[in-house]
Amino acid sequence: MQKSLKQTLREAFVATTPVLAGYIVLGMGFGILLSARGYGPGWALAMSGLIYAGSMQYLAIDLLTGGASLITAALTTLMVNARHLFYGISMIDAYKGMGKKKPYAIFALTDETYSLVCQDDQHLDRDARHRYAFWVSLLDQCYWVAGSMIGSLLGQIIPFSVEGVDFALTALFVTVFVEQWLSTKDHASALIGVIASVICLVIFGADSFLIPSMAAILIALSILRAVRKETA
Amino acid sequence: MNLHSALIVAVVALVTIALRFLPFVIFSGNKTTPPFVAYLGRVLPYAIMGMLVVYCLRNIQLFSAPHGAPEFIACAAVVLLHLWKRNTLISIVGGTACYMLLVQLVF
Repeated sequence: MQKSLKQTLREAFVATTPVLAGYIVLGMGFGILLSARGYGPGWALAMSGLIYAGSMQYLAIDLLTGGASLITAALTTLMVNARHLFYGISMIDAYKGMGKKKPYAIFALTDETYSLVCQDDQHLDRDARHRYAFWVSLLDQCYWVAGSMIGSLLGQIIPFSVEGVDFALTALFVTVFVEQWLSTKDHASALIGVIASVICLVIFGADSFLIPSMAAILIALSILRAVRKETA
Repeated sequence: MNLHSALIVAVVALVTIALRFLPFVIFSGNKTTPPFVAYLGRVLPYAIMGMLVVYCLRNIQLFSAPHGAPEFIACAAVVLLHLWKRNTLISIVGGTACYMLLVQLVF
């Protein structure tokens, strides 16, 4: 039976409530930091609307205020957001045949949206899953834009120090890491991610370890697959 | 200065969009996704989340005070809160509040 728009929206809203909370906090943190550096609500709206990538937007504040070159901005984005390639890779099949909603769903595929839409509900038909994924994506971006606007507007009148509010980002990733750890008995991939990254951090340093880490992770996962002779 | 800022925002947006669309563009012709790509799609999120945690903690100075204590304590708080309540909101807000108190009042 075809689900009504209202039903799909309600399901999407319920599923996205953790993201609503996280994005309001993280978005506000972003808006506050951005306005503290002299970039007002217009900038917050443009960045959350067009870039829509949490950790990169935090870093973009430093790029803006530090007067970085466009090449530096491009390379930094490439290194920080290269992980989005991996999210795309795992959604290729799920988003097949999505039609007009597909470009937006791809544009809006953040870490958090990915964590919701990758849990593919097999007893729904393909069309229903696509509509669900679209509304989850759109709601998530609304939360993010709203949070950053609130932060940007409140940032100018906030009476207490916000030092450390950007830790919300770290807290989010730690939370997702723990959640993933609890959801599976196979911790090989999670351990590879942590160990390879720590080793590359020690060798290459804080500013340039992300790309080597991704390469090391790809190699380690390839070896793991060969050893275990996994087929898919 | 404002034009340069606008250009930086545009560049960051375009590179992010390109990265998000690239896998779909590359594999759009294939009816079935190559097995190795399907395998990566399944196992990568676990590894990437571990990498992101390390990425967030990359600027900690282990060999000078406070030796990353605020970060490690707050991370431990997030893990414990999440194991206890398993509620994303509580874990994030609690951990962040813990960190803000530590860096503003203790260290």
